[in-house]
Amino acid sequence: MPGKLKVKIVAGRHLPVMDRASDLTDAFVEVKFGNTTFKTDVYLKSLNPQWNSEWFKFEVDDEDLQDEPLQITVLDHDTYSANDAIGKVYIDIDPLLYSEAATVISGWFPIYDTIHGIRGEINVVVKVDLFNDLNRFRQSSCGVKFFCTTSIPKCYRAVIIHGFVEELVVNEDPEYQWIDRIRTPRASNEARQRLISLMSGELQRKIGLKVLEMRGNAVVGYLQCFDLEGESGLVVRAIGTACTLDKLSSPAAFLPACNSPSKEMKEIPFNEDPNPNTHSSGPSTPLKNQTYSFSPSKSYSRQSSSSDTDLSLTPKTGMGSGSAGKEGGPFKALLRQQTQSALEQREFPFFTLTAFPPGFLVHVGGVVSARSVKLLDRIHNPDEPETRDAWWAEIRQEIKSHAKALGCHAVVGYSESTSICEEVCILSASGTAAVLNPRFLQDGTVEGCLEQRLEENLSTRCGFCHIPYDELNMPFPAHLTYCYNCRKQKVPDVLFTTIDLPTDATVIGKGCLIQARLCRLKKKAQAEANATAISNLLPFMEYEVHTQLMNKLKLKGMNALFGLRIQITVGENMLMGLASATGVYLAALPTPGGIQIAGKTPNDGSYEQHISHMQKKINDTIAKNKELYEINPPEISEEIIGSPIPEPRQRSRLLRSQSESSDEVTELDLSHGKKDAFVLEIDDTDAMEDVHSLLTDVPPPSGFYSCNTEIMPGINNWTSEIQMFTSVRVIRLSSLNLTNQALNKNFNDLCENLLKSLYFKLRSMIPCCLCHVNFTVSLPEDELIQVTVTAVAITFDKNQALQTTKTSVEKSLQRASTDNEELLQFPLELCSDSLPSHPFPPVKEHLESASSNSGIPAAQRAVTVEKASPVGDGNFRNRSAPPCANSTVGVVKMTPLSFIPGAKITKYLGIINMFFIRETTSLREEGGVSGFLHAFIAEVFAMVRAHVAALGGNAVVSYIMKQCVFMENPNKNQAQCLINVSGDAVVFVRESDLEVVSSQQPTTNCQSSCTEGEVTT
Amino acid sequence: MTSELDIFVGNTTLIDEDVYRLWLDGYSVTDAVALRVRSGILEQTGATAAVLQSDTMDHYRTFHMLERLLHAPPKLLHQLIFQIPPSRQALLIERYYAFDEAFVWEVLGKKLSKGTKKDLDDISTKTGITLKSCRRQFDNFKRVFKVVEEMRGSLVDNIQQHFLLSDRLARDYAAIVFFANNRFETGKKKLQYLSFGDFAFCAELMIQNGTLGAVDSQMDDMDMDLDKEFLQDMKELKVLAADKDLLDLHKSLVCTALLGKLGVFSEMEANFKNLSRGLVNVAAKLTHNKDVRDLFVDLVEKFVEPCRSDHWPLSDVRFFLNQYSASVHSLDGFRHQALWDRYMGTLRGCLLRLYHD
Repeated sequence: MPGKLKVKIVAGRHLPVMDRASDLTDAFVEVKFGNTTFKTDVYLKSLNPQWNSEWFKFEVDDEDLQDEPLQITVLDHDTYSANDAIGKVYIDIDPLLYSEAATVISGWFPIYDTIHGIRGEINVVVKVDLFNDLNRFRQSSCGVKFFCTTSIPKCYRAVIIHGFVEELVVNEDPEYQWIDRIRTPRASNEARQRLISLMSGELQRKIGLKVLEMRGNAVVGYLQCFDLEGESGLVVRAIGTACTLDKLSSPAAFLPACNSPSKEMKEIPFNEDPNPNTHSSGPSTPLKNQTYSFSPSKSYSRQSSSSDTDLSLTPKTGMGSGSAGKEGGPFKALLRQQTQSALEQREFPFFTLTAFPPGFLVHVGGVVSARSVKLLDRIHNPDEPETRDAWWAEIRQEIKSHAKALGCHAVVGYSESTSICEEVCILSASGTAAVLNPRFLQDGTVEGCLEQRLEENLSTRCGFCHIPYDELNMPFPAHLTYCYNCRKQKVPDVLFTTIDLPTDATVIGKGCLIQARLCRLKKKAQAEANATAISNLLPFMEYEVHTQLMNKLKLKGMNALFGLRIQITVGENMLMGLASATGVYLAALPTPGGIQIAGKTPNDGSYEQHISHMQKKINDTIAKNKELYEINPPEISEEIIGSPIPEPRQRSRLLRSQSESSDEVTELDLSHGKKDAFVLEIDDTDAMEDVHSLLTDVPPPSGFYSCNTEIMPGINNWTSEIQMFTSVRVIRLSSLNLTNQALNKNFNDLCENLLKSLYFKLRSMIPCCLCHVNFTVSLPEDELIQVTVTAVAITFDKNQALQTTKTSVEKSLQRASTDNEELLQFPLELCSDSLPSHPFPPVKEHLESASSNSGIPAAQRAVTVEKASPVGDGNFRNRSAPPCANSTVGVVKMTPLSFIPGAKITKYLGIINMFFIRETTSLREEGGVSGFLHAFIAEVFAMVRAHVAALGGNAVVSYIMKQCVFMENPNKNQAQCLINVSGDAVVFVRESDLEVVSSQQPTTNCQSSCTEGEVTT
Repeated sequence: MTSELDIFVGNTTLIDEDVYRLWLDGYSVTDAVALRVRSGILEQTGATAAVLQSDTMDHYRTFHMLERLLHAPPKLLHQLIFQIPPSRQALLIERYYAFDEAFVWEVLGKKLSKGTKKDLDDISTKTGITLKSCRRQFDNFKRVFKVVEEMRGSLVDNIQQHFLLSDRLARDYAAIVFFANNRFETGKKKLQYLSFGDFAFCAELMIQNGTLGAVDSQMDDMDMDLDKEFLQDMKELKVLAADKDLLDLHKSLVCTALLGKLGVFSEMEANFKNLSRGLVNVAAKLTHNKDVRDLFVDLVEKFVEPCRSDHWPLSDVRFFLNQYSASVHSLDGFRHQALWDRYMGTLRGCLLRLYHD
């Protein structure tokens, strides 16, 4: 009995009128946790009841504390008939279970009803007293911190990054139980909401146990998803990266003493685990094995030696010298061995992180992906997770072998997804094959001196571009050149990755959002036939998506893609593919060649003319894009490079596979055979269409940039105004003209129009950048296509941007020195040369602007400070103070990014993971489908904000809307929507406020370090 | 390809001021889009008509959802669904409660009942303001009226507290509520030359001096009703017109004081008795509700028009009224000095404001 949960119901406000006669409500509250229920008194005749209840105390296991949500129901008392429910509030008390997060949940929560939406608010206070539990055989994992953020959270330091954790739980979907036929829609929705909440809690607890077993204390990049399988069940699954994190105290605590990385390493064993609560028991308790038995992948305990034997493509470490440079060779080999041994202990050396501590990522191989088509009605035992576990294990194994083929030991930026239509399910996994530095993977056993030498060697900015695979034994035909940066090592001509752009990468110009969109019609079929049809289509879709991406990248004059996410959605009669990525020009990679068009019938004169016309258009577009994105790489004469560079060619870096239920793996060469130049052959109208569609993508209006990564490469002067938004569109296709071409056009227009609308709506924020643009496609019905976009618009300073362009190359070469970073302990500062996010902005800004001869530092600073206020909360503080200070609602920011520009995150309060269902039987009255969904999404935002505020936070970072399932039946005037969102609740402090604090600290320290930074750049 | 659903939801609710104005003015989405196109926004931004349509729909939907909250502005501040910066909240409220001069003219002093609502159609046709906008404005008047009707304390403060309006707008609403409550006649042709501002000014003076709240702030009663006792007492002022000696004495005092100072002295001298009788009679008659309603008509008929026909400059009117009201203090036989001052204090202010072309 290790915990006591205490709940107090304070008051309600804005309640709905429940008694028509008096226009008032007699409200009371039921507080339920597990099987215990308490009730408040009935507060008669008021829409703003003041219950001010006693403390309701629940004595519970910490296992229950983790699994169960606190359920608060507001009811209207009725003497003669049954009490009417007004609505409910579910509170996840998980954030109260770790010592560093929130200590109390207190605030106004919207009272939510699945039929009526938000109906007033209730003020609740929740506390938890945890008793120290020394029971070694416990089932709970209280104390393990969870983060949705896919990088090391800002106020932590990664001591060890342990690796992949996953878990999956299955249950019957209440919507498909027999009882659903006799209960009300409300009861059914609530049963579902509650079940998912329970399952999420259970899942999190189980993952926590695995983390404890790995001796970690946190999960970073935690991604939890729901699969609504229908009849066969409801699956909640999650993946993440187990880490041992060390909380950083205030920056002032870090004195120059920890300047050198080796010293820092030595400290690790001592402060490995600051929280005694999180210590796990020994690795071999019988009970633990029992918990594991649910999952087939015993990530930690399993020996790896056997798992690699079947992979013929395992790179021979001895041959490493072939690809490595003179000096780098031996180290590289050593490193490779170390990494390998560190990683081989794991069944799946996967990392859900997309951004890494400096030096972590050594080489990047390319994107690896695997897909598999499964039939849900073939699951033998649908209530048990075994089958799904086996499916995923299979896919992960494939990913792993693809990574091996690329000469990589690990997969980073790893993610998994599903698409379900009736009984067919496509499972997808993708990531970026990479070679990692073992330093972060082991418990500090590496020799200090070797470490440092390695560090020096690997910290070159172009290191990650260098090929990890053996030049003589390449897994696919590729064209290699010497690195344009260091001239020592080989690099590919194009690089595709699923991760964020590394902070230290040298980029020329700006990046841009690149999307490939594709539809393929498919015959309606049943079961096996359907699965086969889909399996047959998948390789073609992947090929085309990939070709489109490559073409568009070339059209932009760029040579690398980051944050690549390919989503394949299955519908009744079609498959949709949508790939989004951020294109950049990496200075280390060769200049991309143009696109040549070739006709098949060379004799026709007019045709010839047409072709040349097209060619001209393409060349013009490339030139225009280069100008637009400021891509002017420095001219390098070929002699310097040392090796003759042949005609630029493109090569695929995407290794993929797909398999159907039969497990047959097909390898697909996406690299266009042995063709030398990138030639588009126009042999029929289809190809013509393709070329046309290439040219129809309209660039964003001036002042706008967009990307799907955390930050926009090439922009580093963010101001503090942010606007997160979700936009949903559904189009109905007219069934008459359903050809692939028409479909493609419709889909393309849908996406383009959506983007255009966003640009228009956010025009007041110009100059601004849409970051983390996340498109999700679903096919809710036969002729409906739904696209959901979540992104954040961030403003940036135009003046500084101009200045940046002037010295674009020079500036991009600049970067904070490693020493500086280590000192400040922000290894993952995503924009190391972005001024606002730096812990000591004024000094650094001053120095930097002085160094770049801008000459107007003071004025500029004034601008930034001023810009900070119009966002709202600046005004807010001033205004709300006098008359009704206690009642105004505090601003809560939401962003899909892991940081807040111009602010510093001081505390993580726990993850927010919420699932809501909304249903209506009066669709027309609520403003039709648009009105219904608009209101619902606004309500979801409101509930997220309320929970964050109650935890004492003022922002949600790494916010993501993982699911938005919308179903309508206009004839019956009905609609239903399910939304699942998650993110990290945080407390942030504006840097302008921070200045006051930091000015009291010894400024000489930071000044000297910054100066140091300037010297090294 | 038809768009089934198209929404945009921001964490901070986007408010487009131009679209808000169109919405408040009661334009349909189609009309609003057409008006926006005409404003040249497409050329400025390079957007397409479809984008504009979608944007307008979105804003309209948001405004529609906000409207419920705007009916009780404190709710807008406390609600959790829309995150709106305070400055924007203030703008939303202020604009929502703003009204058209042409519209307020039509309903000023009328009972804010359902019967009048039927007339909104006619008002809409007459003023060119859309029926939707008329409805909103009318409903605003009525809503404010209903809320503050039974309240004690300062009318302006009550309105400000319950509707969070700016000082200026709250004062205007106080005037509207005051006029509606006392049902002052404002629709006569004679009064057409007056603006809403003129009436609002008079209303404010009357609230300050002529209501129950005015005399005794301790009583803390409402500002809406005129002080019945005060109106009753004003019968006593009748002697100033009825007693011939008093009237003559008053006239000679005024004429002596103004001799050589007034451009229109002779006209004044000739008209004094008429003017004075008019003003005193207005005061004495105020015990009857009907006469209260006709207050403005009477003032214009009995004072403003005669002076205007003799082309009195405004400065002369001021001189005259000052002297006219001050001279009474020298009338030995007159005992109601305080009453007179209270009456003339308000009346002088009103007349000066009403005296223009």
